[in-house]
Amino acid sequence: MLSKPERLSQIYNEFALTFVQISAIVEMDVRKLRHDPSELFTRMLQPAIWLLIFGQAMAKTKAIPTGSLSYLDFIAPGILAQSILFISIFFGIALIWERDMGILQKILVSPAPRSVLVIGRAIAAGIRGISQIFIIYFLSFLLDIHLRWDLLALIGVFLTVMLGGAIFSTFSLIIASIVKKRERFLGIGQILTMPLFFASNALYPIEMMPKWLQVISFMNPLTYQVDALRNFMITDQATSIGLFIDFMVGFFVFAILVVIATRTYPKILY
Amino acid sequence: MSNIPLPLEKKSSSKAVELINLTHCYNSYPAVDHLSFEIKSGTIFGLIGPNGAGKSTTIKMLTTLLPATSGDARINGYSINSNPAQVRQCIGYVPQLISADGELTGYENLLLSAKLYGLSSGYREKSIHDVLEFMNLSDVKDKLVNSYSGGMIRRLEISQALVHDPAVLFLDEPTVGLDPAARKMLWKHIRELNKEKGMTILMTTHDMNEADALCDVVALLHLGKIVVMDTPHKLKTALGPKATLDDVFILHTGSSLKETEDYQHVKQTRTTISNL
Repeated sequence: MLSKPERLSQIYNEFALTFVQISAIVEMDVRKLRHDPSELFTRMLQPAIWLLIFGQAMAKTKAIPTGSLSYLDFIAPGILAQSILFISIFFGIALIWERDMGILQKILVSPAPRSVLVIGRAIAAGIRGISQIFIIYFLSFLLDIHLRWDLLALIGVFLTVMLGGAIFSTFSLIIASIVKKRERFLGIGQILTMPLFFASNALYPIEMMPKWLQVISFMNPLTYQVDALRNFMITDQATSIGLFIDFMVGFFVFAILVVIATRTYPKILY
Repeated sequence: MSNIPLPLEKKSSSKAVELINLTHCYNSYPAVDHLSFEIKSGTIFGLIGPNGAGKSTTIKMLTTLLPATSGDARINGYSINSNPAQVRQCIGYVPQLISADGELTGYENLLLSAKLYGLSSGYREKSIHDVLEFMNLSDVKDKLVNSYSGGMIRRLEISQALVHDPAVLFLDEPTVGLDPAARKMLWKHIRELNKEKGMTILMTTHDMNEADALCDVVALLHLGKIVVMDTPHKLKTALGPKATLDDVFILHTGSSLKETEDYQHVKQTRTTISNL
C-alpha cells in the first residue's frame, strides 16, 4: 500500500510520462514540417481560390442574406474552417501509409498507451491547421475583411482551429483503421467532406436551409467551429450559438472520438 | 522530467520467452496452432518456415500487435494477455518492412523511440549516443533517413529497438533486401548484441545460411505447428554428414524454398527491397 506522498509522486510521474509521449508524437510531426515545409504552401492554394474567386463572385450577386456583414466577412471564417476540415479529414491516410511502411508497427510495440498516440496525432493535425490561419488572415487583409486583431480573439482562433483539426483528424483515424486501404479511404474521405462542408454554416446562414438540413447542421461539429471562428475573427460579430456551447460540443465530440479511435487504432494492422 | 521512471526492471528468469499453447485463428483457420516452446535467456533463436507457416503471426502475438485467440506467452516473465504494457517495455522489435521514418533524421527517429519508451532526459541522450556508436551511425545521425543506404536503415531500426535496452529483441527477416556486405555487417552486430549484452534474440528468416550462421537454436514452423526444433548442427547431422539446413527445410515441409513464395510475401519483400 502506497503512502499519500508516494501515490502523488506516482501520479505526477505518470502525468509527466504521458506529457512526454504526447509531445514526442507532436514534436516529430513538427520536425517533419520543418524539414519539408512545401506541403504548407500547397495547402494555401485551396482557401485562396475559395476566398478570391468564389467569395468575390458570390459577394457581387448579393444572393445570400448575411445581415449587417458583407459576404466576404461572412465566409472568411467558413473558409478557414473548411481548410482545416479538408486537411484533417485526409490525415488518416498517413496512418495507412505508416502501416504499409512498418512505422506504425514500431510505434504500436512501444509501451505508450494507444490514447496517447491518438491525442498526439490530433494535436499534430491541429498544429498543421494553424498554417491556414496565416493565409486566411493575409488574404482577408488584402480583401479588406473586418478582422479582429485583439489578443483574446487571436488566441480564440488558434484554439478553435486546434480543436477543429483534432476532431476531424481523429475522425479520419477511425475511418482509416476501419477501411484499411488507401483507395477506399480516399473515396470515403471525398464522400464525407462535401456533406460536412455544405451542411454547415460555412457558406450561408443556417436559417436559409430547409428544416431537415438545419437539424443535420446542428449535429455537424463544423457548424460550431464556424460559429466560434466568426465570433473570434470578425469585428462586432456575436455568435449565434454561443461560445460556451461551441467549445463544449467540440470537446465532447473530440473526447468520444478519442475513445473510439483508441479502440480501433491498432486494428488497422489486422 | 527527471522524475520519469527508467525502463522496467528486468525480471531474472532463465526463460526469456515461453509460449503456452499459443494459438491464433483467422476466422476458424488456425494460423498458429497451440505452440508451446521456451527460449532460454541469451539465446539467438531462429524461426524458419514456408510462407503461411505462422512465423509472422507468432511474432505479432509475442510483440502484442495481435491478440492471441487462445493460450498465452510470457516474455521476460510477463504475460502477453494480462501484462501487454510490461511486455512492450521489455522488448525491441524490428519489422520486416521499413520502420524508420525517412522524413526524420536518424537522431530524431531514436529520440521518438526513447521518448515513447519513457526514458528520462539524462538517460535518453546517453542511450541514443551509445546505440549510435554501437551501430556505427554516429557520423550520419543528423542526416535524413531517406538518404541512408539499406544497411544503414536496418542498423538504425535495430538501434531504435535497442534504445531502451530491451531484454528480448525480435527481428523479422532483418537482412531481406540487403547486399552481401551489409548482411555480413548486420550479422556481426547481431552476434555482438548477443555476446556482449547477453541479449535474447528471436529472429525469422528465409535465408537458411543466415539461420545456420547466427542461430543457437532453430525451430521449423509448418502449418502453424513446430515440426522440428534443435541446434542447426544437430538438425543437419540427423540427415547426414553433408546435409544443409535447406535439406532439413525441404524434408520437413515437403516443398522447396522458392515454391513457397506466395503473392503477398513477394509483394511485401519487393516493397521492402525497393524502399531499402
